[in-house]
Amino acid sequence: MNTETEPAFFETNAAPGVVGQPLSRVDGRAKVTGQAKYSAEYNHLPGLAHAVFKTSDVAKGRITGFDASAAQRVPGVLAILTHQNLPQPAVSPNTPEGKKTIGMGVQMGFLPLTSDQIHYAAQPVAMVVADTLEHAQHAAALLRVQVAPEAPTASYQDAKAQRFDPSKGKGAGEGRGNAAAAFASAPIQLSGTYTHALNHHNPMEPGATTAHWEAPDRLLVYDTAQGMAWMQKSLSKMLGLPADQVRVITKYLGGGFGCKGSTWPHTILTVLAAKAVGRPVKLALTRPQMFTGMGHREDQEQTLRLGATKDGKLLALLHEKTSTTSPWDDYAETNAKIIGMLYQCPAFEAKLQLARANVMTSTYMRAPGEAPGSFALESAMDDLAYRVGVDPIQIRLLNHADKDPSTGKPWSSKSLKQCYQRGAELFGWSQRNAQNGQTRDGKLLVGWGMATASYPVHSGQGNARVRLYADGHAVAQAAATDLGTGTYTVMTQVAADALGLTPDKVRFELGDTVLPTTIISGGSMAAGTVSSSVYLAAQDAWQKLIKVAVMDAKSPLFRAKPADVEVVQGRLQLKATPGKGEDFAALMKRAGLDDVEGMATGRYGAGYESAQAALNAKSDDAGKDDAGQHSMHSFGAHFCEVKVDPELGTVRVTKWVSVIAGGRILNPKTARSQIMGGAIMGIGAALMEQTVRDQNLARYTNASLADYHIPVNADVPDMTVEFIDEHDPYINAMGVKGIGEVSIVGTAAAVGNAIFHATGRRLRSLPITPDKVLDALRQPA
Amino acid sequence: MNNFSYTQATTAKEATRQRKDEPTAAYIAGGTTLLDLMKANLEEHAQLIDINLLPFKGVEQTKDGLRIGAMERMNDVGEHALVRELFPAVSESLLLAASPQLRNMASIGGNILQRTRCGYFRDAAFPCNKRVPGSGCPALQGDNHNLAILGTSEACIATAYPGDLAVALTAFDAVLTLENPKGKQRRVPVTEFYLLPGTTPQRETVLEPGELIVAVTLPLTAHARRSTYLKVRERASYAYALASAAVGLDVQSGTIRAARVALGGVGTRPWRSPEAEKVLTGAPATEATFRAAAAAALQGAQPREHNRYKVELAQNTLVRALQQVAG
Repeated sequence: MNTETEPAFFETNAAPGVVGQPLSRVDGRAKVTGQAKYSAEYNHLPGLAHAVFKTSDVAKGRITGFDASAAQRVPGVLAILTHQNLPQPAVSPNTPEGKKTIGMGVQMGFLPLTSDQIHYAAQPVAMVVADTLEHAQHAAALLRVQVAPEAPTASYQDAKAQRFDPSKGKGAGEGRGNAAAAFASAPIQLSGTYTHALNHHNPMEPGATTAHWEAPDRLLVYDTAQGMAWMQKSLSKMLGLPADQVRVITKYLGGGFGCKGSTWPHTILTVLAAKAVGRPVKLALTRPQMFTGMGHREDQEQTLRLGATKDGKLLALLHEKTSTTSPWDDYAETNAKIIGMLYQCPAFEAKLQLARANVMTSTYMRAPGEAPGSFALESAMDDLAYRVGVDPIQIRLLNHADKDPSTGKPWSSKSLKQCYQRGAELFGWSQRNAQNGQTRDGKLLVGWGMATASYPVHSGQGNARVRLYADGHAVAQAAATDLGTGTYTVMTQVAADALGLTPDKVRFELGDTVLPTTIISGGSMAAGTVSSSVYLAAQDAWQKLIKVAVMDAKSPLFRAKPADVEVVQGRLQLKATPGKGEDFAALMKRAGLDDVEGMATGRYGAGYESAQAALNAKSDDAGKDDAGQHSMHSFGAHFCEVKVDPELGTVRVTKWVSVIAGGRILNPKTARSQIMGGAIMGIGAALMEQTVRDQNLARYTNASLADYHIPVNADVPDMTVEFIDEHDPYINAMGVKGIGEVSIVGTAAAVGNAIFHATGRRLRSLPITPDKVLDALRQPA
Repeated sequence: MNNFSYTQATTAKEATRQRKDEPTAAYIAGGTTLLDLMKANLEEHAQLIDINLLPFKGVEQTKDGLRIGAMERMNDVGEHALVRELFPAVSESLLLAASPQLRNMASIGGNILQRTRCGYFRDAAFPCNKRVPGSGCPALQGDNHNLAILGTSEACIATAYPGDLAVALTAFDAVLTLENPKGKQRRVPVTEFYLLPGTTPQRETVLEPGELIVAVTLPLTAHARRSTYLKVRERASYAYALASAAVGLDVQSGTIRAARVALGGVGTRPWRSPEAEKVLTGAPATEATFRAAAAAALQGAQPREHNRYKVELAQNTLVRALQQVAG
C-alpha cells in the first residue's frame, strides 16, 4: 500500500497491522468441526417443542374450515393453531398504521393466521406443534383444510393483472432534463426490453426461529436474522413489549443475501405459538417453504431507451420498469438509481409500474435494483459500443461520470478507471477481436464481455464496545451478524490493530441484542459501520487510559496534556518525546484497573479526519457532514469469457476477472470470497436461476434446489479478483465502503455481452437458457 | 412424512415375505428417490424394507453379456473397467448423473425406478393424473418447459423416468431380471419395462407388487463398444437432461453396419428410436445421414408452449452424439 495515502489511524499500531492481511476465518475451526451453533440448533431448552406449517394448496381463496380429527390423534401433538385459535399479536402489520408502528423490520404487510384470507400459494394456514419434529410433520400432513378457492392472478404478465404507478406520477428516480425530447433528437437511438426471472435467495441455512418465553413478558428468540436490532424492534412492537424485554440471538448465519433482513411471518408466528403452548417452540422452514417464506427478487420487465451522439456520448436515458408485487405491498427494487448515476448523461427519466398478483411479497436480494438495473444499462452500453464502433471499455470511459450525475456532488472517491485498466490487463482484453462471432474453439463460439459495477455506500450507524484487560487480552462487541462473510474475522483484525494487540489476544462477539446496537448486515453497510465503531471504541478506551496516566503522579506522563499523548502498540507516550511513556499494562496494574472499556458510535459521512476532529473537539471540521457533501459509491469492473455451443444452446463461463474499488479492504481473503460469491450468483442469474410459477394456478413448479438451479462448481471457472488500493477520507473512520453487493452488479450483463460477442445475438431475457440461445441463433444476426 | 417401521432383509425371500406381510411397505436401497417422495408426502409407506444386504451384487461377464447386480452403486458401476470398455455410454450415463454423493448412495435398481421430476407430480398441492388418477394435468397448459414431447398423452406429458442410465440401457437392449414374492424370476427387456402413460399414467412399469429388480444384463456388441452418452443441460453438472442421447455405431469402411439410438429428456419413457436406427443402418456415416436420422427420431414429436425447443435440441444432441461416435 502507498504509505503516503495511508490513513492516520494506524498511528496506534506502528508495526505492520493485521488489517488488510488475509487472516483466515477465526470461526473456521468452529464451523468445520460442527461447534458453530446455528439458530435451529438450540435444542437445550427444557420442553422444546417443534412446529411445522400447514400451507395452502391454492393461491387465492378463503379458509372455510379445518378437519383436525386425524391430525389430533397423532401422538405428541400439543396444538393445532389456526387463525381461529392462535393468540393474536398486539399490533399486526395488516394495516398501514400497524406496519408503520412496527417499523423497517417487517416488510410484509400481511400476517397469515390472522384471518381466513389466502393471498398466495403455500401461505401458512395452520401450525402444528408437537413434541418431536416427526410428529408435527405427520400431523400437519393429516390436517385437512377446507378452502373456497378463487381464480388467482399469477404475475404482471397475467391479463387480469391491474398495473398501477406506486409513485402516483412522481417517477421512479431523480430525473433530470427533458429525456423524451433529448432522446427524440438524438443521432443514435437504442431501445431494448429486458426481462429478469423471479429469483430466490436460497441461502444454505433456511429461516428458523426458536422462541422461548423466559417470563410472561420476556422473550428470547434464536433466529436467523441479518439485523438484530430490526428484529428486536419489530418483535417488541408486534408484541407490545419494551425493546429490552425482547432478546434476539444469531451467532451464525448460513447466508442470507437479503432474505433474512426482515422479520417474516414464521418468526412472529413461532413466538405466538410458544405463547400458546407454554413451551419453547422451534420452527425451521423447509426448502420448499423457503420459496414462499422469506421473499424473492421480483419478476420484472425493463425497457431502456438510450440516446447518444454519433460519437457515443449519452444524451438521454429513459427507463421503465414493470414488476409483480403482492396483493398488499408495493415493494419493487429501485433499478432506476444505478441507471441515473452510472454515466454522465444530461437527461434521465424513470417510471415504475406494479401489478398485484397472488404472490408472496418480494424483498431485498443482493444489490436490489442495481443487479437487474445494471443488466439493462450495461447491455445497452455494449450495444452502443458496437453501434459506434468503439471498444466497450472506451464507450464507458467516454461517458465516465466525474461527479455524481444524479446529485451533482463530487464522489468521496472513485477508482473506476483503474478498475477498467487493471481488469483489462488481467484479462488480456487488448487481444479482443473487435468483431463479434469471429472466435471459435472447435464447435464452440467464444466471446468476451465486460460491464461496470457500482453500489452505493448507504449511511448507517452503530455502536461498539471494547474492553481491554490489564493482562493484554481484549473483547470487542457489537450486535452485528456474520452472514458467513467474515464479520467475526475482520472485526477481530480491526480491534487488534486499534488496541495494538495480536489477533489471538482479541475476541469479537456479535449476534446478540444484549450487545451494543448496530446496523443490519445488509446493504453492504456492516463492514464499514461496525469496523468504524470498533475502531472508535478502542480510541475511547485509550482516551480513558490517557486521562488516568496524566493524573497519576507515578506515570512518566503525569501532568501531560491528554492531547499531547499518543498510543503506539499499547504504549502511551508523548507525541513530541516518544521515549517518555509507559505500557498500558503497567499503568493499569499500578492504577488497580482490571480492565478499561471504550464505547463509540461509528457512522457514515464521518471519515477518519472528521471523526478524529470530533474526538479531539478542537477542529472546525468537527461534525462536518461528509455524507451530505459527497456521493459515496463502490465501483468495479467485471470481465468474462463464455463459450457457446451453437447447436446445443449451452453457455459456459470459462474465465472471469473482477476488479473492485471498495475503499479499505479489511481482509483480502474474505473479501475475495465475497466478490467471487457475488459473481457466481450473477452467473446464476444470467444463465440458470428462475423460479417458475404456473400461469394458471399461481404456484411455483420448481421449489427445490434440484429444480431451481444455482451454479455448481463445474459452472465456475478460475476467478481472478483484485482490489484497487483506495483511500476514502470521507465515508467512515475506517474508510471501508462495503463489497457484498457491488460484487454482483453488472455480472449478468458481462455474461450477456460476452454471449453477444460470441454469437452476434443480444439476449435480453434472463436467464439465458439453451432454448433462448437456440431461438436467438435461428434469427439473423 | 408418516411414521414407519424399518426392517432389514438379507435375502430376496426374506424381503419379499416382509413385503407380503405389509402390502404398503416399500423396499429401500440408497433411498435417494424414496425418501424425497416420502418427505413430500407423495408416497406413504408403513414399513421400509432395507434391501442393501441382498446379494444382488457384482459386475461380471456371463454368456448373455455383462451382468450388473441391482444393488451395485451408480459410481461403482460407472467407474468399472468392464463397463467403461464394453459400454462407454452406460458408464457415461452413470457418471454424468446427479452428484458424487448421490451416485455413491443410489443403487442401479433404484435408479431404474426413480420417478419423474415433473413439478406438478412433485408437489401434492397440484392436480396430477399420475399421482391422483383423474385429477387432471395442469402441465398441459402450464410449465411444460422440461416435459416430454414424445409418447405423451392427454393425461400425462411427464418424462416419467428423468434420469440417464435407463436411456443407455434402452439403447443397448438391456434385459432386467426380476424376482417375484414366489421366488420366481423373469427376464424383461428394458424397452418393455417402462409403460407409456396413455390413460393410466399412474402405471409406469411392468413391475408387479413386491417384485424386485435382481440384475441388468447387457448383450456384448460392437456398436455398444463404440458408444457415447451425451447430456445437455443449462447447468454443467447436477441437473437432469434437457435432452440426451445414447448412441452406438458399428461403422466399417465408412458404412454403418449397426446402430442404436435412444433419447432422454424428451420421451415419457426412455425413448428408443427404431426410426433413426433404420435411417442409419446401411447408410454412410455422414452428417447428412445423422441429420436424417435425427429428423426421423423426432418426427412424431408433439411439443407444447414451453418445450418446443426440445425438437431442435434433441435432434442436435443426437447428431452431435453420432458425430462423436463416428469420430
